[in-house]
Amino acid sequence: MTDIHERALPMTETLVAESPAVGRATIIGGPPPGAATLEARGACAWFGDRLVLEGVDLVMPAGQVTALIGPSGCGKSTFLRLLNRMHELIPGAALDGEILLDGTDIYATGTRAQQVRMRIGMVFQKPNPFPAMSIRENVLAGLKLARLKCDEKDDLVEQSLIRAGLWKEVRDRLDSAGGALSGGQQQRLCIARSLAVQPNVLLMDEPCSALDPTSTRRVEETIDELRGEVTVVIVTHNMQQANRVSDICAFFLAAENQPGAVVEQGPTRKMFENPDDPRTLDYVEGRFG
Amino acid sequence: MSGIDLQDPPTPPSPAPGAGRTKRVVTEVPSVVDRRFNAITMGAGISVLVLLLLVGAFLLIQSSDAISQTGILRFLTRTEWRTDVQPPAIGVLGLLTGTVLVAVVAVLFAVPLSVFCALAITEYSTARRRKWLIGVVDLLAAVPSLLFGLWGFLYLSDKMIPISTWLSQNLGFIPFFHTEKNASLTGSIFIAGVVVALMVLPIITSVTREVFSQTPPGEKEAALALGGTRWGMIRSVVLPYGRGGIIGGSMLGLGRALGETIAVALLLPQVPQRIGDSIHILQNGGATVSGFIANRAGADAFTVSGLMAAGLVLFIITLATNMIASVVVARSRSGAGVDL
Ligand SMILES: Nc1ncnc2c1ncn2[C@@H]1O[C@H](COP(=O)(O)OP(=O)(O)OP(=O)(O)O)[C@@H](O)[C@H]1O
Ligand SMILES: [Mg+2]
Repeated sequence: MTDIHERALPMTETLVAESPAVGRATIIGGPPPGAATLEARGACAWFGDRLVLEGVDLVMPAGQVTALIGPSGCGKSTFLRLLNRMHELIPGAALDGEILLDGTDIYATGTRAQQVRMRIGMVFQKPNPFPAMSIRENVLAGLKLARLKCDEKDDLVEQSLIRAGLWKEVRDRLDSAGGALSGGQQQRLCIARSLAVQPNVLLMDEPCSALDPTSTRRVEETIDELRGEVTVVIVTHNMQQANRVSDICAFFLAAENQPGAVVEQGPTRKMFENPDDPRTLDYVEGRFG
Repeated sequence: MSGIDLQDPPTPPSPAPGAGRTKRVVTEVPSVVDRRFNAITMGAGISVLVLLLLVGAFLLIQSSDAISQTGILRFLTRTEWRTDVQPPAIGVLGLLTGTVLVAVVAVLFAVPLSVFCALAITEYSTARRRKWLIGVVDLLAAVPSLLFGLWGFLYLSDKMIPISTWLSQNLGFIPFFHTEKNASLTGSIFIAGVVVALMVLPIITSVTREVFSQTPPGEKEAALALGGTRWGMIRSVVLPYGRGGIIGGSMLGLGRALGETIAVALLLPQVPQRIGDSIHILQNGGATVSGFIANRAGADAFTVSGLMAAGLVLFIITLATNMIASVVVARSRSGAGVDL
C-alpha cells in the first residue's frame, strides 16, 4: 500500500505542479504553431556508393507518436536524419525521394536546411548539452542559433523545462553549468532545448538508451504529454517502450548486403498483436534481431 | 520502548579503520621490448633537457663578465647600450621593449588570421581541400626566416607606408600610433611585427586547428539540429571549446615571435628604445634582443658578453612563455574552458 502511494504521488504532483498553467511564450519568427504531418515518399539514402535505405513510404501523422523499430544497422537512424536534413552533413551522403512536411518537400530547391531543422527538432542518443553554457542558456540556445526573438525568455525557459519534466530538479540552479547534470537530466535538458524553439516535429534517436529506468519513465511521460502538440518520431530498441508510447509503428529490416526498408507499418496495437508479416511478430516478440 | 534508559551503552573501543593492514607492493616486470623502448624514450627526453641546460649554462658563463661589471639590476633596468665609455654602460630594457612590441604586434595580426585559417580547414573544407590547405600552411612554416626578412625589407616595407600613414593620421591619438613630423615610416616596429606575424602564423594555425578538430561532434550536430547556421555552430560550440587552444597557440606564437632574429635584424635600425622617449611603433626605430645580437655579433669580448646576457634574458622569457603555453594547450584538450 505505502509502496504504491509513494510511487504514485510524484506522478500526480508532476501533473499538477508541472503542467503549464499559462499559455505558450510567443517566439517571433519561429515555426508556425501546432503539430505537422511528416510524410516520406520513396525515401532512399546512400553513404558513398552504398545504398543503405530504399523506397521508404511512411506517414507520420500530426500530433501522434510514431515508433521506428528494427534490428541494428537497418537504417533507422539514417531515415530519421533524412527527416530533418541532418543526413546531408555527412560527406558523401546522398538521398532520393521526398520528405513532405505538411505537404511541402523539405528538400525542394530554395528551402533552407536551417529553416527545416528549426521546425523539426532532434534529440540524440547520447545527451549532448552545451557544457560551457548554463542550464538556462542551453534551453535558449536554439533561439540564439536560429536568430529568433522572444520577449518572455523566463517563461519560455520554465515552460520548456516543465514540458521536458526537468523544471522541479533544476529551477533553483538555472545558472549552473549544463554539463554538471546527471545523464538522465542532461537528456531531458536536450529535450527542453529542442522544445524551446517550439518545433512542429520532434525526432528522437534512442533517447533512453543511455538512461536509467526512472529517467526513461520521465522521458516517456514527456513524450506522452507532447502528444497532440508535437509530432514525435522515436527510434527505439525497447519493444515495451515502443508499445507504451507510440500510436503508429514501422518495422525496418535489412537483409544481408541489402538496403534497409520498411517491412510493415501500422497502428502499434496491431503491429504488436497480430501483424501481417511473420517477421514482424518474430521481432516484436524478441525471437530475432 | 520507553522503559529503556536513555543512556548510551558503553561502546567497545573500535580499532581505527585499516589498522593492522599494510599496503601490498605490486611489482611489474616489464618485458625486454618495453625496457628497451623505455630506455630509448627516456634517453631522448633527457638529452633534450640536457641540451637546454647546456645552452642556459653556456649563456650564463659567457654573460657573467658583462653582468658582474654592470650589476644585474642595472643591466635589467637600463636602456642605453654604450661600450665606448668607461665603465661601459649596457642595459637590456630598451631591447626588451622593442622585442615585446614586435612580438605583440605580430601576435595581434597573426591570431585572427590563424583562427580563420584553422576554421577554414576544419569546418569549411572538404577532405581534399583540407589536405591541400594544411599543406600550404605547413609550406609557409618551411620558408626560412631570412627570406621573410628580405621580402619584408625589400618589398613590404615600402608597400606598408600608406597603411602606416593612414594609421598615424587617423589613429594618431592612440599613444603608440603617433609619429613625429617627417619621420621615415619604413623600418618600423609595425612592419617588423607584420613580417613576424607571417612567421608565427603556421604554428598558431596548427595548434588551433588541432584543438578545433577535437570539438565533440555531438555538440556540433546539436547546434545544427537546432536550426543554427555553420557560423552559428562555430560561435556557440567550436570557439568556446577551442578557447584554451587559441590562447595557448597564441602564446606559443608569442614565444616564437620573441625570438625571431633575422627578419627583425634586417628591418629595424636596432637603436634600443630609451626610457622617457615616447614609443612610436609606426615610424623608423626600435631594436629587439635577437636582431641586436645578430647585428653586433663579432664585436669585442665585452660587447659579446653583454650580448650573451641579453640572450640569456630572452632565453628565460621565451622558455617561460612556451611553458605556460603548453600547460594551457594541454589543459584545453580536456574540453573544459581555460581561464588565465
Ligand atoms: N556515416 C556513415 N558512413 C557510412 N556508412 C554509414 C554511416 N552511418 C551509417 N552507415 C551505414 O548505414 C547503415 C544504416 O545505419 P543506421 O545507423 O541508420 O542503422 P540503425 O538502424 O540506426 O542501427 P542502430 O540500431 O544500431 O542504431 C549501416 O549499415 C551503417 O553501416
Ligand atoms: Mg541508430
